[in-house]
Amino acid sequence: MDIIIDQLPIVIKSLNIGFIQTLKLFFVTLIGAFPLGLIIAFGSMSRFLPLRYLTRFIVWIIRGTPLMLQMLIVYYFPGLVFHNNIWGSGEFGRFFAASVSFVINYACYFSEIYRGGIQGVPVGQEEAGLVLGMTKSQIFFKVTLLQMIKRIVPPISNEIITLVKDTSLARIIALQEIIWAGQAFMKGSQGISGQIWPLFFTAIYYLLFSGILTVLLSKLEKKLNYFR
Amino acid sequence: MAILEIENISKSFDRTKVLKDISFNVEQGQVTSIIGSSGSGKTTLLRCLNFLERPDGGIIRVNNEVLFDANDPETYKESTIRTKRLHFGLVFQSFNLFPQYTAKKNVMLAKELLAKATPEYKERKKEIHEEIEHQAEMLLIQMGLKDRMNNYPHQLSGGQCQRVAIARALALEPDILCFDEPTSALDPELTGEVLKVIKGLADKRTTMIIVTHEMAFAKEVSNQVIFMDDGYILEQGTPEQVFDNPQMERTKHFLARAHITE
Repeated sequence: MDIIIDQLPIVIKSLNIGFIQTLKLFFVTLIGAFPLGLIIAFGSMSRFLPLRYLTRFIVWIIRGTPLMLQMLIVYYFPGLVFHNNIWGSGEFGRFFAASVSFVINYACYFSEIYRGGIQGVPVGQEEAGLVLGMTKSQIFFKVTLLQMIKRIVPPISNEIITLVKDTSLARIIALQEIIWAGQAFMKGSQGISGQIWPLFFTAIYYLLFSGILTVLLSKLEKKLNYFR
Repeated sequence: MAILEIENISKSFDRTKVLKDISFNVEQGQVTSIIGSSGSGKTTLLRCLNFLERPDGGIIRVNNEVLFDANDPETYKESTIRTKRLHFGLVFQSFNLFPQYTAKKNVMLAKELLAKATPEYKERKKEIHEEIEHQAEMLLIQMGLKDRMNNYPHQLSGGQCQRVAIARALALEPDILCFDEPTSALDPELTGEVLKVIKGLADKRTTMIIVTHEMAFAKEVSNQVIFMDDGYILEQGTPEQVFDNPQMERTKHFLARAHITE
Protein backbone atom coordinates (compact mmCIF):
# COMPACT_ATOMS: atom_id res chain seq x y z
CA MET A 1 0.00 0.00 0.00
CA ASP A 2 2.85 2.37 0.90
CA ILE A 3 4.45 1.67 -2.46
CA ILE A 4 1.26 2.62 -4.24
CA ILE A 5 1.06 5.90 -2.35
CA ASP A 6 4.66 6.65 -3.29
CA GLN A 7 4.03 5.82 -6.93
CA LEU A 8 0.68 7.58 -7.14
CA PRO A 9 1.87 11.07 -8.23
CA ILE A 10 3.98 9.65 -11.04
CA VAL A 11 1.20 7.35 -12.22
CA ILE A 12 -1.49 10.04 -12.11
CA LYS A 13 0.66 12.41 -14.09
CA SER A 14 1.21 9.78 -16.72
CA LEU A 15 -2.43 8.72 -16.80
CA ASN A 16 -3.52 12.36 -17.13
CA ILE A 17 -1.42 12.71 -20.26
CA GLY A 18 -2.96 9.51 -21.64
CA PHE A 19 -6.44 10.66 -20.72
CA ILE A 20 -5.99 13.90 -22.64
CA GLN A 21 -5.29 11.81 -25.74
CA THR A 22 -8.43 9.77 -24.93
CA LEU A 23 -10.48 12.97 -24.66
CA LYS A 24 -9.06 14.31 -27.90
CA LEU A 25 -10.05 11.16 -29.75
CA PHE A 26 -13.48 11.27 -28.10
CA PHE A 27 -14.27 14.85 -29.13
CA VAL A 28 -12.76 14.61 -32.60
CA THR A 29 -14.92 11.54 -33.22
CA LEU A 30 -18.08 13.32 -32.13
CA ILE A 31 -17.32 16.51 -34.08
CA GLY A 32 -16.63 14.47 -37.22
CA ALA A 33 -19.31 11.83 -36.86
CA PHE A 34 -22.30 14.08 -36.09
CA PRO A 35 -22.32 15.81 -39.51
CA LEU A 36 -20.94 12.87 -41.48
CA GLY A 37 -23.67 10.68 -40.00
CA LEU A 38 -26.30 13.10 -41.29
CA ILE A 39 -24.85 12.95 -44.80
CA ILE A 40 -24.83 9.15 -44.67
CA ALA A 41 -28.41 9.16 -43.34
CA PHE A 42 -29.58 11.27 -46.30
CA GLY A 43 -27.67 8.93 -48.63
CA SER A 44 -29.38 5.88 -47.18
CA MET A 45 -32.79 7.52 -47.69
CA SER A 46 -32.03 8.85 -51.17
CA ARG A 47 -34.58 8.34 -53.91
CA PHE A 48 -31.64 7.73 -56.26
CA LEU A 49 -31.43 3.98 -55.79
CA PRO A 50 -27.74 3.35 -56.64
CA LEU A 51 -26.72 5.90 -54.00
CA ARG A 52 -29.11 4.43 -51.45
CA TYR A 53 -27.84 0.88 -51.98
CA LEU A 54 -24.19 1.94 -52.02
CA THR A 55 -24.63 3.84 -48.74
CA ARG A 56 -26.48 0.98 -47.09
CA PHE A 57 -23.78 -1.43 -48.28
CA ILE A 58 -21.06 0.71 -46.70
CA VAL A 59 -23.04 0.99 -43.47
CA TRP A 60 -23.44 -2.78 -43.43
CA ILE A 61 -19.65 -3.29 -43.85
CA ILE A 62 -18.78 -0.81 -41.12
CA ARG A 63 -21.36 -1.97 -38.64
CA GLY A 64 -20.71 -5.61 -39.46
CA THR A 65 -16.97 -5.63 -38.71
CA PRO A 66 -15.06 -4.78 -35.53
CA LEU A 67 -13.85 -1.22 -35.09
CA MET A 68 -10.49 -2.65 -34.02
CA LEU A 69 -10.12 -4.40 -37.37
CA GLN A 70 -11.13 -1.26 -39.24
CA MET A 71 -8.50 0.72 -37.39
CA LEU A 72 -5.80 -1.83 -38.16
CA ILE A 73 -6.72 -1.74 -41.84
CA VAL A 74 -6.80 2.06 -41.97
CA TYR A 75 -3.45 2.29 -40.22
CA TYR A 76 -1.46 -0.49 -41.88
CA PHE A 77 -3.10 -0.97 -45.29
CA PRO A 78 -1.53 2.02 -47.10
CA GLY A 79 1.95 1.13 -45.88
CA LEU A 80 1.75 -2.61 -46.49
CA VAL A 81 -0.01 -2.60 -49.83
CA PHE A 82 1.09 0.63 -51.48
CA HIS A 83 4.38 0.88 -49.62
CA ASN A 84 3.36 4.34 -48.68
CA ASN A 85 2.74 4.89 -44.99
CA ILE A 86 0.59 7.97 -45.30
CA TRP A 87 0.26 8.24 -41.53
CA GLY A 88 3.94 8.58 -40.77
CA SER A 89 5.36 6.87 -37.73
CA GLY A 90 4.72 9.45 -35.02
CA GLU A 91 1.99 9.81 -32.43
CA PHE A 92 0.17 12.37 -34.59
CA GLY A 93 -0.08 9.90 -37.48
CA ARG A 94 -1.52 7.24 -35.19
CA PHE A 95 -3.96 9.73 -33.77
CA PHE A 96 -5.01 10.77 -37.25
CA ALA A 97 -5.53 7.18 -38.39
CA ALA A 98 -7.50 6.37 -35.24
CA SER A 99 -9.65 9.49 -35.72
CA VAL A 100 -10.46 8.59 -39.32
CA SER A 101 -11.52 5.08 -38.30
CA PHE A 102 -13.57 6.28 -35.35
CA VAL A 103 -15.32 9.04 -37.30
CA ILE A 104 -16.35 6.69 -40.11
CA ASN A 105 -17.43 3.96 -37.70
CA TYR A 106 -19.47 6.21 -35.46
CA ALA A 107 -20.94 8.16 -38.39
CA CYS A 108 -22.44 4.90 -39.65
CA TYR A 109 -24.04 4.14 -36.29
CA PHE A 110 -25.28 7.73 -36.00
CA SER A 111 -26.70 7.62 -39.53
CA GLU A 112 -29.00 4.77 -38.57
CA ILE A 113 -30.14 6.64 -35.48
CA TYR A 114 -30.74 9.80 -37.53
CA ARG A 115 -32.69 7.80 -40.10
CA GLY A 116 -34.92 6.41 -37.39
CA GLY A 117 -35.37 9.93 -36.01
CA ILE A 118 -36.23 11.45 -39.37
CA GLN A 119 -38.60 8.68 -40.38
CA GLY A 120 -40.15 8.63 -36.93
CA VAL A 121 -41.59 12.13 -37.31
CA PRO A 122 -45.16 11.64 -38.61
CA VAL A 123 -45.75 12.60 -42.27
CA GLY A 124 -48.63 14.74 -41.05
CA GLN A 125 -46.15 17.23 -39.62
CA GLU A 126 -44.65 17.91 -43.03
CA GLU A 127 -48.07 17.98 -44.67
CA ALA A 128 -49.35 20.46 -42.10
CA GLY A 129 -46.38 22.70 -42.89
CA LEU A 130 -46.91 22.39 -46.65
CA VAL A 131 -50.59 23.24 -46.40
CA LEU A 132 -49.63 26.34 -44.42
CA GLY A 133 -47.46 27.50 -47.30
CA MET A 134 -44.12 26.73 -45.65
CA THR A 135 -41.06 25.85 -47.75
CA LYS A 136 -39.34 22.50 -47.35
CA SER A 137 -36.43 24.08 -45.51
CA GLN A 138 -38.74 26.03 -43.20
CA ILE A 139 -40.52 22.80 -42.41
CA PHE A 140 -37.23 21.05 -41.67
CA PHE A 141 -35.79 23.75 -39.42
CA LYS A 142 -38.95 25.03 -37.76
CA VAL A 143 -41.03 21.87 -37.48
CA THR A 144 -39.30 18.53 -37.86
CA LEU A 145 -35.73 19.17 -36.66
CA LEU A 146 -36.51 19.57 -32.97
CA GLN A 147 -38.86 16.57 -33.01
CA MET A 148 -36.07 14.59 -34.62
CA ILE A 149 -33.55 15.70 -32.00
CA LYS A 150 -35.93 14.72 -29.24
CA ARG A 151 -36.22 11.26 -30.73
CA ILE A 152 -32.51 10.70 -31.23
CA VAL A 153 -31.15 12.03 -27.93
CA PRO A 154 -31.64 8.78 -25.95
CA PRO A 155 -30.04 6.44 -28.54
CA ILE A 156 -27.24 8.93 -29.33
CA SER A 157 -26.52 9.24 -25.60
CA ASN A 158 -26.03 5.52 -25.51
CA GLU A 159 -23.53 5.66 -28.38
CA ILE A 160 -21.68 8.54 -26.73
CA ILE A 161 -21.20 6.56 -23.53
CA THR A 162 -20.03 3.59 -25.57
CA LEU A 163 -17.56 5.83 -27.38
CA VAL A 164 -15.93 6.86 -24.09
CA LYS A 165 -14.85 3.25 -23.60
CA ASP A 166 -14.29 2.43 -27.29
CA THR A 167 -11.47 4.99 -27.45
CA SER A 168 -9.36 2.37 -25.64
CA LEU A 169 -9.39 0.30 -28.85
CA ALA A 170 -6.90 2.79 -30.30
CA ARG A 171 -4.36 1.07 -28.05
CA ILE A 172 -4.10 -1.55 -30.81
CA ILE A 173 -2.23 0.88 -33.07
CA ALA A 174 -0.20 2.09 -30.08
CA LEU A 175 -2.02 5.37 -29.65
CA GLN A 176 -0.82 6.66 -26.30
CA GLU A 177 -4.21 6.97 -24.68
CA ILE A 178 -4.95 6.14 -21.05
CA ILE A 179 -4.89 2.34 -21.32
CA TRP A 180 -1.53 2.54 -23.06
CA ALA A 181 -0.30 4.87 -20.31
CA GLY A 182 -1.49 2.47 -17.59
CA GLN A 183 0.02 -0.55 -19.26
CA ALA A 184 3.40 1.16 -19.54
CA PHE A 185 3.94 0.57 -15.80
CA MET A 186 3.72 -3.20 -16.31
CA LYS A 187 6.68 -3.23 -18.64
CA GLY A 188 8.46 -0.46 -16.85
CA SER A 189 8.36 3.29 -17.07
CA GLN A 190 9.74 6.14 -14.96
CA GLY A 191 11.28 3.73 -12.48
CA ILE A 192 8.09 1.76 -11.92
CA SER A 193 7.80 -1.73 -13.37
CA GLY A 194 5.78 -4.88 -12.89
CA GLN A 195 2.83 -2.91 -11.55
CA ILE A 196 -0.68 -3.71 -12.78
CA TRP A 197 -2.61 -1.41 -10.46
CA PRO A 198 -2.14 1.70 -12.65
CA LEU A 199 -4.00 -0.13 -15.42
CA PHE A 200 -6.87 -0.91 -13.04
CA PHE A 201 -6.73 2.67 -11.82
CA THR A 202 -7.74 3.94 -15.30
CA ALA A 203 -11.26 2.68 -14.57
CA ILE A 204 -11.77 5.66 -12.26
CA TYR A 205 -11.15 8.06 -15.15
CA TYR A 206 -13.67 6.24 -17.35
CA LEU A 207 -16.24 6.10 -14.58
CA LEU A 208 -15.96 9.77 -13.73
CA PHE A 209 -16.09 10.90 -17.34
CA SER A 210 -19.01 8.69 -18.33
CA GLY A 211 -20.76 9.69 -15.10
CA ILE A 212 -20.51 13.39 -15.98
CA LEU A 213 -21.74 12.70 -19.52
CA THR A 214 -24.68 10.65 -18.23
CA VAL A 215 -25.79 13.54 -16.03
CA LEU A 216 -25.44 16.11 -18.84
CA LEU A 217 -27.22 13.99 -21.41
CA SER A 218 -30.12 13.17 -19.14
CA LYS A 219 -30.45 16.91 -18.44
CA LEU A 220 -30.73 17.51 -22.17
CA GLU A 221 -33.31 14.75 -22.42
CA LYS A 222 -35.34 16.32 -19.63
CA LYS A 223 -35.11 19.71 -21.27
CA LEU A 224 -36.75 18.32 -24.38
CA ASN A 225 -39.54 16.82 -22.31
CA TYR A 226 -41.54 20.05 -22.38
CA PHE A 227 -43.35 18.66 -25.43
CA ARG A 228 -44.40 15.26 -26.59
CA MET B 1 -70.35 33.20 -59.01
CA ALA B 2 -68.47 30.08 -58.14
CA ILE B 3 -65.33 30.67 -56.11
CA LEU B 4 -64.09 27.15 -56.83
CA GLU B 5 -64.60 25.16 -60.01
CA ILE B 6 -63.43 21.58 -60.26
CA GLU B 7 -63.55 19.95 -63.68
CA ASN B 8 -63.03 16.28 -64.48
CA ILE B 9 -60.48 15.57 -61.77
CA SER B 10 -59.12 12.03 -61.86
CA LYS B 11 -56.43 10.35 -59.79
CA SER B 12 -54.93 6.86 -59.61
CA PHE B 13 -52.59 5.24 -57.14
CA ASP B 14 -50.65 2.60 -59.06
CA ARG B 15 -53.48 0.96 -60.97
CA THR B 16 -56.32 1.80 -58.61
CA LYS B 17 -58.47 4.65 -59.81
CA VAL B 18 -59.36 6.62 -56.71
CA LEU B 19 -61.02 9.64 -58.31
CA LYS B 20 -62.99 9.34 -61.52
CA ASP B 21 -64.09 12.42 -63.41
CA ILE B 22 -64.97 14.59 -60.41
CA SER B 23 -66.63 17.91 -61.26
CA PHE B 24 -68.42 20.36 -59.02
CA ASN B 25 -68.54 24.03 -58.08
CA VAL B 26 -68.47 25.76 -54.73
CA GLU B 27 -70.11 29.15 -54.29
CA GLN B 28 -68.61 31.93 -52.19
CA GLY B 29 -69.72 31.74 -48.56
CA GLN B 30 -71.30 28.33 -48.88
CA VAL B 31 -70.68 25.03 -47.17
CA THR B 32 -70.22 21.85 -49.18
CA SER B 33 -70.26 18.52 -47.37
CA ILE B 34 -68.79 15.43 -48.95
CA ILE B 35 -70.18 12.17 -47.61
CA GLY B 36 -69.61 8.56 -48.54
CA SER B 37 -68.10 5.39 -47.14
CA SER B 38 -64.40 4.99 -46.36
CA GLY B 39 -62.32 4.51 -49.48
CA SER B 40 -64.72 6.39 -51.73
CA GLY B 41 -62.05 9.02 -52.52
CA LYS B 42 -63.24 11.91 -50.34
CA THR B 43 -59.93 12.46 -48.57
CA THR B 44 -57.93 12.12 -51.79
CA LEU B 45 -60.09 14.81 -53.31
CA LEU B 46 -59.29 17.22 -50.47
CA ARG B 47 -55.61 16.35 -50.72
CA CYS B 48 -55.69 17.16 -54.46
CA LEU B 49 -57.21 20.56 -53.73
CA ASN B 50 -54.42 21.27 -51.24
CA PHE B 51 -51.71 20.09 -53.64
CA LEU B 52 -50.70 17.21 -51.39
CA GLU B 53 -51.53 14.91 -54.31
CA ARG B 54 -51.32 15.76 -57.98
CA PRO B 55 -54.36 14.74 -60.02
CA ASP B 56 -53.75 12.81 -63.24
CA GLY B 57 -56.37 14.79 -65.11
CA GLY B 58 -58.65 17.77 -64.74
CA ILE B 59 -58.70 21.47 -63.94
CA ILE B 60 -58.98 23.37 -60.66
CA ARG B 61 -60.00 27.03 -60.79
CA VAL B 62 -60.29 29.51 -57.93
CA ASN B 63 -61.80 32.93 -58.62
CA ASN B 64 -61.54 32.17 -62.34
CA GLU B 65 -57.79 31.65 -62.07
CA VAL B 66 -56.54 28.26 -63.25
CA LEU B 67 -54.54 26.85 -60.33
CA PHE B 68 -54.11 23.43 -61.81
CA ASP B 69 -54.48 22.02 -65.28
CA ALA B 70 -53.23 18.49 -65.84
CA ASN B 71 -52.52 19.37 -69.49
CA ASP B 72 -50.31 22.33 -68.56
CA PRO B 73 -47.20 21.30 -66.60
CA GLU B 74 -46.48 24.98 -65.94
CA THR B 75 -49.36 24.97 -63.46
CA TYR B 76 -47.83 22.36 -61.19
CA LYS B 77 -44.26 23.54 -60.97
CA GLU B 78 -42.94 23.12 -57.44
CA SER B 79 -42.07 26.82 -57.20
CA THR B 80 -45.61 28.05 -57.87
CA ILE B 81 -47.48 25.45 -55.85
CA ARG B 82 -46.60 27.01 -52.51
CA THR B 83 -48.46 30.26 -53.13
CA LYS B 84 -51.40 28.42 -54.73
CA ARG B 85 -51.80 26.34 -51.62
CA LEU B 86 -52.65 29.50 -49.71
CA HIS B 87 -56.03 29.67 -51.46
CA PHE B 88 -56.93 26.61 -49.42
CA GLY B 89 -56.75 25.75 -45.76
CA LEU B 90 -56.84 22.16 -44.53
CA VAL B 91 -57.84 20.82 -41.14
CA PHE B 92 -56.64 17.27 -40.69
CA GLN B 93 -58.37 14.37 -39.02
CA SER B 94 -55.37 13.90 -36.72
CA PHE B 95 -54.87 17.68 -36.09
CA ASN B 96 -51.13 17.58 -36.91
CA LEU B 97 -50.36 20.42 -34.53
CA PHE B 98 -46.68 21.15 -34.04
CA PRO B 99 -45.97 19.60 -30.62
CA GLN B 100 -43.02 21.84 -29.70
CA TYR B 101 -45.04 25.05 -29.95
CA THR B 102 -47.79 26.48 -27.77
CA ALA B 103 -51.31 26.80 -29.15
CA LYS B 104 -50.68 30.47 -29.94
CA LYS B 105 -47.34 29.82 -31.62
CA ASN B 106 -48.95 27.07 -33.71
CA VAL B 107 -51.38 29.66 -35.04
CA MET B 108 -48.67 32.29 -35.59
CA LEU B 109 -45.81 30.30 -37.10
CA ALA B 110 -46.77 30.13 -40.78
CA LYS B 111 -47.90 33.74 -40.88
CA GLU B 112 -44.63 34.88 -39.30
CA LEU B 113 -42.63 32.95 -41.87
CA LEU B 114 -44.65 34.49 -44.70
CA ALA B 115 -44.23 37.97 -43.20
CA LYS B 116 -40.45 37.53 -43.05
CA ALA B 117 -40.39 37.24 -46.83
CA THR B 118 -42.13 40.60 -47.35
CA PRO B 119 -40.05 43.72 -48.15
CA GLU B 120 -41.34 45.87 -45.27
CA TYR B 121 -40.59 43.21 -42.64
CA LYS B 122 -37.25 44.67 -41.58
CA GLU B 123 -38.59 48.13 -40.83
CA ARG B 124 -41.84 47.09 -39.20
CA LYS B 125 -40.63 43.89 -37.52
CA LYS B 126 -42.12 44.61 -34.12
CA GLU B 127 -45.44 45.93 -35.38
CA ILE B 128 -45.91 43.02 -37.76
CA HIS B 129 -45.16 40.58 -34.98
CA GLU B 130 -47.70 42.26 -32.71
CA GLU B 131 -50.34 42.20 -35.44
CA ILE B 132 -49.81 38.51 -35.98
CA GLU B 133 -49.92 37.80 -32.27
CA HIS B 134 -53.09 39.85 -31.88
CA GLN B 135 -54.73 38.01 -34.75
CA ALA B 136 -53.77 34.64 -33.25
CA GLU B 137 -55.23 35.63 -29.89
CA MET B 138 -58.49 36.78 -31.47
CA LEU B 139 -58.80 33.55 -33.40
CA LEU B 140 -58.16 31.41 -30.32
CA ILE B 141 -60.71 33.44 -28.34
CA GLN B 142 -63.16 32.88 -31.17
CA MET B 143 -62.45 29.15 -30.84
CA GLY B 144 -63.21 29.35 -27.11
CA LEU B 145 -59.57 28.81 -26.11
CA LYS B 146 -58.83 32.04 -24.27
CA ASP B 147 -57.30 30.18 -21.31
CA ARG B 148 -55.41 27.66 -23.40
CA MET B 149 -53.27 29.87 -25.62
CA ASN B 150 -50.01 29.12 -23.88
CA ASN B 151 -50.57 25.40 -23.49
CA TYR B 152 -48.68 22.85 -25.55
CA PRO B 153 -50.71 20.42 -27.67
CA HIS B 154 -50.08 17.49 -25.32
CA GLN B 155 -51.74 19.50 -22.53
CA LEU B 156 -54.93 19.90 -24.56
CA SER B 157 -57.86 17.58 -25.19
CA GLY B 158 -58.52 16.31 -28.71
CA GLY B 159 -61.34 18.77 -29.17
CA GLN B 160 -59.16 21.65 -28.04
CA CYS B 161 -56.35 20.52 -30.35
CA GLN B 162 -58.72 20.45 -33.30
CA ARG B 163 -59.95 23.95 -32.49
CA VAL B 164 -56.33 25.17 -32.40
CA ALA B 165 -55.84 23.50 -35.78
CA ILE B 166 -58.88 25.35 -37.15
CA ALA B 167 -57.50 28.65 -35.82
CA ARG B 168 -54.15 27.83 -37.40
CA ALA B 169 -55.79 27.27 -40.79
CA LEU B 170 -57.90 30.44 -40.48
CA ALA B 171 -54.86 32.58 -39.64
CA LEU B 172 -53.76 32.52 -43.28
CA GLU B 173 -57.24 33.65 -44.39
CA PRO B 174 -57.74 30.99 -47.06
CA ASP B 175 -60.46 31.41 -49.70
CA ILE B 176 -61.70 27.92 -49.01
CA LEU B 177 -61.30 26.01 -45.77
CA CYS B 178 -61.27 22.22 -46.08
CA PHE B 179 -61.94 19.76 -43.27
CA ASP B 180 -60.90 16.13 -43.52
CA GLU B 181 -63.15 14.24 -41.11
CA PRO B 182 -62.47 16.80 -38.38
CA THR B 183 -64.20 14.84 -35.63
CA SER B 184 -63.31 11.26 -36.53
CA ALA B 185 -60.36 11.10 -34.12
CA LEU B 186 -62.38 12.53 -31.23
CA ASP B 187 -64.30 10.96 -28.38
CA PRO B 188 -68.04 11.40 -28.94
CA GLU B 189 -68.33 13.91 -26.09
CA LEU B 190 -65.69 16.13 -27.69
CA THR B 191 -67.24 16.05 -31.16
CA GLY B 192 -69.89 18.62 -30.28
CA GLU B 193 -67.48 21.42 -29.37
CA VAL B 194 -65.69 21.13 -32.70
CA LEU B 195 -68.90 20.94 -34.71
CA LYS B 196 -70.16 24.02 -32.87
CA VAL B 197 -67.08 25.97 -33.96
CA ILE B 198 -67.51 24.87 -37.57
CA LYS B 199 -71.19 25.83 -37.40
CA GLY B 200 -70.10 29.26 -36.13
CA LEU B 201 -67.82 29.64 -39.17
CA ALA B 202 -70.68 28.63 -41.47
CA ASP B 203 -72.87 31.33 -39.92
CA LYS B 204 -70.12 33.83 -40.72
CA ARG B 205 -70.28 32.64 -44.32
CA THR B 206 -66.87 31.04 -44.45
CA THR B 207 -66.49 29.02 -47.65
CA MET B 208 -65.92 25.44 -46.53
CA ILE B 209 -65.65 21.92 -47.88
CA ILE B 210 -66.22 19.35 -45.17
CA VAL B 211 -65.56 15.64 -45.51
CA THR B 212 -67.56 14.10 -42.71
CA HIS B 213 -69.35 11.08 -41.33
CA GLU B 214 -71.60 13.24 -39.15
CA MET B 215 -74.77 13.04 -41.22
CA ALA B 216 -76.98 15.14 -38.96
CA PHE B 217 -74.34 17.85 -38.90
CA ALA B 218 -73.85 17.76 -42.67
CA LYS B 219 -77.59 18.11 -43.16
CA GLU B 220 -77.82 21.03 -40.78
CA VAL B 221 -74.84 23.07 -41.88
CA SER B 222 -74.48 22.46 -45.62
CA ASN B 223 -75.72 24.36 -48.63
CA GLN B 224 -74.57 21.57 -50.91
CA VAL B 225 -74.06 17.86 -50.27
CA ILE B 226 -71.99 15.55 -52.44
CA PHE B 227 -72.24 11.79 -52.12
CA MET B 228 -69.17 9.95 -53.35
CA ASP B 229 -68.89 6.26 -54.02
CA ASP B 230 -65.99 4.32 -55.52
CA GLY B 231 -64.32 7.48 -56.83
CA TYR B 232 -67.42 8.92 -58.51
CA ILE B 233 -69.79 11.66 -57.47
CA LEU B 234 -72.99 9.67 -57.40
CA GLU B 235 -75.34 12.32 -56.19
CA GLN B 236 -75.15 16.00 -55.45
CA GLY B 237 -77.60 18.70 -54.47
CA THR B 238 -79.10 20.52 -51.52
CA PRO B 239 -79.18 18.66 -48.19
CA GLU B 240 -82.92 18.15 -48.66
CA GLN B 241 -82.41 16.58 -52.08
CA VAL B 242 -79.62 14.24 -51.01
CA PHE B 243 -80.76 13.28 -47.52
CA ASP B 244 -84.55 13.33 -47.83
CA ASN B 245 -85.03 12.43 -51.43
CA PRO B 246 -82.03 10.48 -52.74
CA GLN B 247 -82.36 9.30 -56.33
CA MET B 248 -79.78 6.50 -56.42
CA GLU B 249 -80.17 3.11 -54.76
CA ARG B 250 -76.57 3.30 -53.55
CA THR B 251 -77.21 6.62 -51.78
CA LYS B 252 -80.36 5.30 -50.09
CA HIS B 253 -78.47 2.26 -48.93
CA PHE B 254 -75.58 4.34 -47.52
CA LEU B 255 -77.89 6.77 -45.74
CA ALA B 256 -79.97 3.99 -44.24
CA ARG B 257 -76.86 2.40 -42.77
CA ALA B 258 -75.43 5.74 -41.63
CA HIS B 259 -78.59 6.52 -39.73
CA ILE B 260 -78.61 3.21 -37.96
CA THR B 261 -75.06 3.60 -36.69
CA GLU B 262 -75.63 7.15 -35.51
